[in-house]
Amino acid sequence: MIAAIKSEFRKLFSTRMWWILAIVMIGYLAFVGILMSIMFTLLGDEMTGGAVQGKTLAVTIYGFINPIGYVFPLLIGSLLFTSEFRHQTITPSLLSGANRTHLLLSKLVVSAVVGLLYGVIAVLAMIGSSAPFLQILGDGHYLGDSEVWKLIAGSLLVFVLWTMFGVALGGLIVNQVAAIVVILAMTQFVEPILGLVLGIPEATRGVAQFLPAAAGNAVVGSNSLAMGTGMGDMLTRTEGAAVLMAYIVIFALLCRFITLRRDIG
Amino acid sequence: MVTSPTIEVTSLTKDFGPVRAVDDLTFTVQPGRVTGFLGPNGSGKTTTLRMLLGLVRPTSGSALIGGKPYVELDRPGAVVGAALEASSFHPGRSGLDHLRAYAPHIGVPDSRAHELLEFVGLSDAKERRVGGYSMGMRQRLALAYALLGDPSVIILDEPANGLDPQGIAWLRQLLRSFAAQGKTVLVSSHVLGEVQHTVDDVVVIARGKKIHASTLAELSALASKRVSVDGPDRARISRLAIDNQWQWDTGNRGIVVHDVDASIVGAKAFAAGIELHRLVDEEVALEDVFLRLTSQVDAPVSLGGQA
Repeated sequence: MIAAIKSEFRKLFSTRMWWILAIVMIGYLAFVGILMSIMFTLLGDEMTGGAVQGKTLAVTIYGFINPIGYVFPLLIGSLLFTSEFRHQTITPSLLSGANRTHLLLSKLVVSAVVGLLYGVIAVLAMIGSSAPFLQILGDGHYLGDSEVWKLIAGSLLVFVLWTMFGVALGGLIVNQVAAIVVILAMTQFVEPILGLVLGIPEATRGVAQFLPAAAGNAVVGSNSLAMGTGMGDMLTRTEGAAVLMAYIVIFALLCRFITLRRDIG
Repeated sequence: MVTSPTIEVTSLTKDFGPVRAVDDLTFTVQPGRVTGFLGPNGSGKTTTLRMLLGLVRPTSGSALIGGKPYVELDRPGAVVGAALEASSFHPGRSGLDHLRAYAPHIGVPDSRAHELLEFVGLSDAKERRVGGYSMGMRQRLALAYALLGDPSVIILDEPANGLDPQGIAWLRQLLRSFAAQGKTVLVSSHVLGEVQHTVDDVVVIARGKKIHASTLAELSALASKRVSVDGPDRARISRLAIDNQWQWDTGNRGIVVHDVDASIVGAKAFAAGIELHRLVDEEVALEDVFLRLTSQVDAPVSLGGQA
């Protein structure tokens, strides 16, 4: 298992995709961080009537790490599987070690570490881009505040979970293009809309909070200003993490008993 | 000498939906010999090899390496080295990184990757991405991957594809040396001529069925003998053939006599006082035998009987 995990690390870090995606993520988060921090510090009072300022503003902006950034850990995670099938390296991978459960588990382990790495990068990108403006133009960066630190810890955890989610999803949808389309569609359109639609009527509000994106936001504990949360109730951090873990376990089992039971030809 | 495992394929069958890709295939591959696994494209060679390597699940029958299925081998990568036809590389990974990615799982140090790249002649290109490799370079890299764990069983699918003549000669020598070391070597090809000078044993399949399995020498016996004869007086030579009731025809260099040993032709010509300038056993047309075997799929039993 240890040897299989080491091989998985080398597979991921020997191609360019991991740092290309990381750079795009940094650019995207930094852009949002700069834009939001300037906009809210300069125009926030007019926009929100003074409701969002000080610590609330800092937490709100840092809270964008997950809803803006979570597509990236999902994508890099899914690539761990889909690139094996796209380039048929699944053949040498299964020749080196024939145990298909080990293959799946070692990818999940690697994805957890990569997810943490992406989380650290995402946190640095968002805080690095927004904290200076909050400090200079606003009431401060609040980086010493425990609420901010809880949010950062939640962001790191949720990035780990998203990357594992990506592996399990990619293991189920092994066609690389299909997996990317599904991830982009879910994260950018379907979930935000579904979250809103389900979140409004009283009857479906309970369902909306179990959508992956909503569960992810619960892990971070970010507030309702964050996108994709809708207006519904939110789970606790632990519940959110449990819901995401449940998705991961279900998809991973489907991957093992559907994809990895198939002939590799 | 090592005692290498034997490959045993027994009643192996694989259906893909309504199509029977491999049909009740039985053969063994002995250590210390190179076995050629021959058949036209689409005859089921690759599917058979993939079943042997645990990648494809047989519909029925078994394919064992040293008495065990591949997936039950303790460290399969260190026992069996395989390179399959759909040579599979990530185009963005360098040749060296390709080997380094699998080295830990197979259980060998990185130095082994460098060693093998040198061995297959890729050390100058090892830092380059595989996307820029030629077909021949990919074949060499696939071979390096197969040899990573210093396996005692070597399974190569169409390894000569894309290799230049020097590469083919090098591969031939390599496979011979593996057999000499006592390793079990199975090499597939759709061209008999490609492996004719390499293999000891042949297993011929067509449309998923075994057509023939024997030593190469026994396969050669199925080929018709041809003796090319020439001399100053061609008319007397053809008379000699007629008198002896040999089958003959006119070749581009004199006369070709069929199914008679050159020694007999020479002796008869000498006895008749005919001057000969040429008396040559022509290269056995094994490729013709192969084509004949594989085009008569519906009559495998009678041909098998001859073997």
